[in-house]
Amino acid sequence: MTTDLTRASAADLADLLSKGETSSVEVTQALLNRTDAVDGDVHAYLHVDREGALATARDIDARRQAGEQLHQLAGVPIAVKDVMATQGLPTTCGSKILEGWIPPYDATVVTRLKQAGMPILGKTNMDEFAMGSSTEHSAYGPTRNPWDLERIPGGSGGGSSAVVASFQAPLAIGTDTGGSIRQPAAVTGTVGTKPTYGGVSRYGLVALASSLDQAGPCTRTVLDAALLHEVMGGHDPLDSTSINAPVPAVVEAARRADVKGMKIGIVRELTGEGFQAGVQARFDESVQHLVDAGAEVVEVSCPSFTAALAAYYLILPSEASSNLAKFDAMRYGLRVLPEGLDDPSAEQVMAATRDAGFGDEVKRRIILGTYALSSGYYDAYYGSAQKVRRLIADDFNRAFEAADVLVSPTAPTTAFKFGDKIDDPMAMYLNDVATIPANLAGVPGMSLPSGLADEDGLPAGCQILAPAAADERLYAVGAALEQRLLASWGGPLLGRAPELSAARSTSMGA
Amino acid sequence: MTVVDTEATISYDDVLASFDPVMGLEVHVELGTNTKMFCGCATEFGAEPNTQVCPVCLGLPGALPVVNETAVESAIRIGLALNCEIAEWCRFARKNYFYPDMPKNFQTSQYDEPIAFNGFLDVELDDGTTYRVEIERAHMEEDTGKSLHVGGSTGRIHGATHSLVDYNRAGIPLIEIVTKPMLGAGERAPEVARAYVATLRDLLKALDVSDVKMEQGSMRCDVNLSLMPKGSTTLGTRTETKNVNSLRSVERAVRYEMCRHGAVLQAGGSILQETRHWHEDTGATTSGRPKSDADDYRYFPEPDLVPVAPSRETVESLRATLPEPPAQRRKRLQSDWGFSDLEMRDVLNAGLVDLIGETVDAGATPAGARKWWSGEIARRANAEGATDVASYAAERSITPAHVVELEGLVKAGRLNDSMARQAWEGVLDGEGTPTAVADARGLELVQDDGALEAAVDKVIEANADVAQKVRDGKVQAAGALIGQVMKEMKGQADAGKAREIILAKLTS
Repeated sequence: MTTDLTRASAADLADLLSKGETSSVEVTQALLNRTDAVDGDVHAYLHVDREGALATARDIDARRQAGEQLHQLAGVPIAVKDVMATQGLPTTCGSKILEGWIPPYDATVVTRLKQAGMPILGKTNMDEFAMGSSTEHSAYGPTRNPWDLERIPGGSGGGSSAVVASFQAPLAIGTDTGGSIRQPAAVTGTVGTKPTYGGVSRYGLVALASSLDQAGPCTRTVLDAALLHEVMGGHDPLDSTSINAPVPAVVEAARRADVKGMKIGIVRELTGEGFQAGVQARFDESVQHLVDAGAEVVEVSCPSFTAALAAYYLILPSEASSNLAKFDAMRYGLRVLPEGLDDPSAEQVMAATRDAGFGDEVKRRIILGTYALSSGYYDAYYGSAQKVRRLIADDFNRAFEAADVLVSPTAPTTAFKFGDKIDDPMAMYLNDVATIPANLAGVPGMSLPSGLADEDGLPAGCQILAPAAADERLYAVGAALEQRLLASWGGPLLGRAPELSAARSTSMGA
Repeated sequence: MTVVDTEATISYDDVLASFDPVMGLEVHVELGTNTKMFCGCATEFGAEPNTQVCPVCLGLPGALPVVNETAVESAIRIGLALNCEIAEWCRFARKNYFYPDMPKNFQTSQYDEPIAFNGFLDVELDDGTTYRVEIERAHMEEDTGKSLHVGGSTGRIHGATHSLVDYNRAGIPLIEIVTKPMLGAGERAPEVARAYVATLRDLLKALDVSDVKMEQGSMRCDVNLSLMPKGSTTLGTRTETKNVNSLRSVERAVRYEMCRHGAVLQAGGSILQETRHWHEDTGATTSGRPKSDADDYRYFPEPDLVPVAPSRETVESLRATLPEPPAQRRKRLQSDWGFSDLEMRDVLNAGLVDLIGETVDAGATPAGARKWWSGEIARRANAEGATDVASYAAERSITPAHVVELEGLVKAGRLNDSMARQAWEGVLDGEGTPTAVADARGLELVQDDGALEAAVDKVIEANADVAQKVRDGKVQAAGALIGQVMKEMKGQADAGKAREIILAKLTS
């Protein structure tokens, strides 16, 4: 058999496994070998669980041999962002403050992966506590973009997208608070979905901003994203904000790939100025592909989106400042004793630990949020931000009266170089200008590759947004667009990515 | 500038001569739910430290809260019993501050959207008058863990070498009930405070939402107090005395702070807004940490929980479950039972109302029920340090049915009063039912008039001088003869019948 198991989609692997043409152990081992070969350069993983993954693979193979009826994705390996609690596996959130912490419980999403029989390969790198758009804020060093090791893989979930883009895993779990699934997908040439808020349980997802966080799939194909979405999603009594309804029919929509008669809305505020020419060009072509596939294009305006970034950077730090208060050295994680004090108080230990354990970006946002929630400032900052949030939801509601889905470029630019924006938080924050509105309104969004920008040959992403609880529309549109793009490219976009050894020699020489 | 001694006190009369007290009481009640406010952990009191914990109540990264529906129902029932309005829609809020016994470093509470608000509780004072306490709000929150400071002499954090934290209590549902400022109580302020807490305790007990054991901390009281110069309408600076955990302490703490505030103000000083610690042993408060209005808890709506929106149907169905208010019930029972005010007070103080009620329901007379439950058994329960007669009786399987049976034996003429007392003592000694005790001890009134008459004849013959006095009209002298007859009968005779026979023989 000549199939390169590391390059096969999850759907294809599931097919091969069910036909007995390969085994989960074989697949898992191939992926682990790939990790051994390339992750020294990419650094997508913070922790690889070889033994655990192979043990699950062996178990699944044995059960399949015994004739047991297994889940469709049983035996298909997956990587999990290090922000999800995994029983017995380190969970650091990319922070020193959680170094060495082994959760005693599984996140609901992880439980569902285990129930489906999916070997967990390891935990992927991320900006510390998911704060960032480049993974440069990981306390354990950045992940490198498989397309160019000198460039960022996006963030915060750069590890999950890079692990998929570098063929170390067909599937990964990401989380998206302001674009942390979609923007990394865009800059690595992969697919990522942020489901409707409440569509996937947040239980066990270490909270950045509770009202914005949502876990979702990171994959190389739209169908794979749908398959993983279906495994992850659904009601969870442990999460009060979880939607008590069946998962939308995402797999069916991805398979049908039908956009005939659908109205596609182009958001005026999310195109044109501020978007890299090559990114905009690929987006315009994507829209044309959808028209060719039978969709109708309308232009919609969402004027409040221009205030989304400002509102987001008040709500997120406010919630984060409170969510991150629990990291105090009292019960788990890092404990640092203050220097020069013989008999420090609990408060002094807390302060010393938080000073040593949190990185600058985390501290910046804790300070911002603490300020925004302070008495006397609450109404002006947190209160106003909540009003803007309402207006953005209203804009979406109006737009979805005119269009079935909205589209935009996912990120304004292709992957930038390490260090380009690290000292300019505003420039970094602007990366998420197109993705943030969906989080503020709780609506679902997907990014899929739209092609390579002419000026730098790097991947660009097309974002699709749908009304809350209509996640299946993302998959219908995404799959239709993917079909036409694949046909125009003559194969997957990732096929054009440089071989990693070659990429390394280029970067090493530079 | 003079330095004012902030820990001095003046006499209570001196305070009242110049000031009017204003109180505000905050009562925290631990609900008696089987599980915690936001997770499924058990809530049993006194379990091994850190055995009733899970990722949620330990605040582990990633864990999320889910609201305990029973706790919400209890909160609504408490609100309704306090004559409050019930919110149609309200949210939890995070109260942010760092403390080692608070796992998340925020307390999930309610801020400007309490579940219940704008109520009142009428409180009956010792002289029978009623004081209406206005209720500001009752809101839901979670308890913190418990810190144990080790190595110091005081058990306080100051001087301790280390602290131990037990998170079993973390996440236990609490209802905080806050009064509006209580004005106009004057010299009766301490009594009003005590009566309010006592009335509230009875109400919560009747609602069966908490075991309201102040000594175990399942009901805790913070006393806010300030003084207004007489004639003024401007509220003074208040202090908040924390954890005043008995009814008597509530009364004493109010009185003490009044005397201390009075001393400071009269000396020209000003009251520092602060929390104070109450010391049961010395009957005094000491300074805690300064508490200013600038204390900033950075409250914001809890994003991990959805709003609580009880339907009006739910509220009304919960209202239908409310018990008769304890004060009203007491009045009704006193009238039904025909007890005097003094008898009723004694019964209330002894905590016998429910037991007497059950005994009457089981067929005893109210007077009989009162007599048997408040006599020997109360003495024994007290001597053995039991918390109350009801639990003392329950532990020994002594039931209302025993009292009914005992009364029946007297009514049937089998036992006289003194025999009944002996039988009851046997029951209390664990010898069985009253009938069984009477059988075993041979307690039985002699029903044979012949034996009684023979005994009377014998006594008259042996006491001819006394008999003659009775014949001469000194009827009260018969008492001596009756005593002799009873002795002759070894107590197993009806003394009334003996008297009848003696008088018949000597005066007819």
